[in-house]
Amino acid sequence: MGRCEGAMALVTGGASGIGAAAARLLAAQSARVMIADRNAEGAARVAREIGEAAASVALDVADAASWEAAVAATLEAFGGWNVLVNSAGILRHGSVESETLDDWRQVMEINVKGTWRGCKLAVAHMKETGGSIVNISSIAGIEAGGDLCAYSVSKGAVRQLTKSVALYCAERGWQVRCNSVHPGIIETPMLDTYFAEQPDPQAERAAWDQVMPLGIRGEPEDIGHMIVYLASAESRLVTGAEMVVDGGAMAR
Amino acid sequence: MSGRLKNKVALVTGGASGFGRASAIRLAEEGALVCVTDVNEDEGRETAAMLGGRGFFQRLDVTSDGDWTETMRAVLGRYAKLDVLVNSAGIAAARDNIEECDDAIWDAVMDVNLTGTYLGCRHAIAPMRRAGGGSIVNLASVLALKGEGGALAYCASKGGVRLLTKAVAVHCGRQKNGIRCNAICPGYMLTAMLYDFLDTLNDREGEHARLASMHALGRLGDADDVAQMVLFLASDESRFVTGTEMVVDGGFTAG
Repeated sequence: MGRCEGAMALVTGGASGIGAAAARLLAAQSARVMIADRNAEGAARVAREIGEAAASVALDVADAASWEAAVAATLEAFGGWNVLVNSAGILRHGSVESETLDDWRQVMEINVKGTWRGCKLAVAHMKETGGSIVNISSIAGIEAGGDLCAYSVSKGAVRQLTKSVALYCAERGWQVRCNSVHPGIIETPMLDTYFAEQPDPQAERAAWDQVMPLGIRGEPEDIGHMIVYLASAESRLVTGAEMVVDGGAMAR
Repeated sequence: MSGRLKNKVALVTGGASGFGRASAIRLAEEGALVCVTDVNEDEGRETAAMLGGRGFFQRLDVTSDGDWTETMRAVLGRYAKLDVLVNSAGIAAARDNIEECDDAIWDAVMDVNLTGTYLGCRHAIAPMRRAGGGSIVNLASVLALKGEGGALAYCASKGGVRLLTKAVAVHCGRQKNGIRCNAICPGYMLTAMLYDFLDTLNDREGEHARLASMHALGRLGDADDVAQMVLFLASDESRFVTGTEMVVDGGFTAG
């Protein structure tokens, strides 16, 4: 019996990176997993790799109707829904001076409003049944980056959204926990894209490596293990918490 | 047993009760060999006897440098290495507020909670380096993050543990020695330490209810809740986690 026996999870951004790793590790611990992503083909591929425990659905987290459909697909496939992992997110490089309003809006729409929509639907459903919501924020949601303005702001918003949802549910006696995970620099397609856009990708890469005292690069599975803990009953006392998984970047 | 700590050797301080006992049991369940330590010998031996042959008891006063040397010798003599240290030994005191706290109260709380943790970290580094790495888990508290008037030295000591943890993590990271160091901040929990405190009060039930109401979930957790996080931090699942504090507090610090 796995650590997430009985878990029926919806994982957004599940086609790649942290979402895909979370889906695989949750399934390995006996959860059933709906893999949701704007990239429907990628989501289906991850679901096929996992096998019987997984299914996939197209989800644009910025779209309300798309969310409704993804939740309906989860309920239909598993007969219930008690874990939500809000992993869909985007990163745009830009400072308060350089970034455009369009970029700002897009980052907020996906990272903040997308997570908010998910929480809203999850609370409405899980207040009856109990459940666990895991929002992927970032260390940038605790310490901002000057060249990551919209991204830092959006992740800070996710951090406080998480606590507000946690308190709201706890105050009503609902068995819905809500926590945030704050990854440091993790080897994901999002990070690859970021480096590729830099004038000197190698120098930027070297600078980022220096940030982490531990001296190893973080993999999506490192975040996935924390997600498994938060999804499981092992963390039944944990709500409104922020879990930093960052190779020591924030320690100094 | 799913073996999340297969082939690991762990040392747990404060193992006679509370978080220490629950952690020792949970680590052994997942495959670790555990050296249980405490100044309380009878209950420490009781814990060791609960581990199904996967551990032994060693008397350790965490404030004594000499005791630490002896304890490390015992662990390395028996199991030849050390992978995990859980610094769980801790005390709270009555009359621990800025007006009543005297030198004796201050020194006692600081010695066990902060100096004891420091000594543990210092003694664990060398054997862990030889083992190619390791994980140190320090028990701080939500009172490392928020103040409480009746817990002056306690707050100071746990705040110290929080930053001691980060300093050790950064030091080990720079050395690239594979050693991680993290803190856990539990809320008020149903342990012997809390029951002892409640026993000093006239309105035991009222205080229990007041403490429970400070946690968003409206109840106090128990030592097993902390042991699950100790297990995560002790295991290789957290290989990218260092210098952080993990809150296990029923929402105490969320608002």
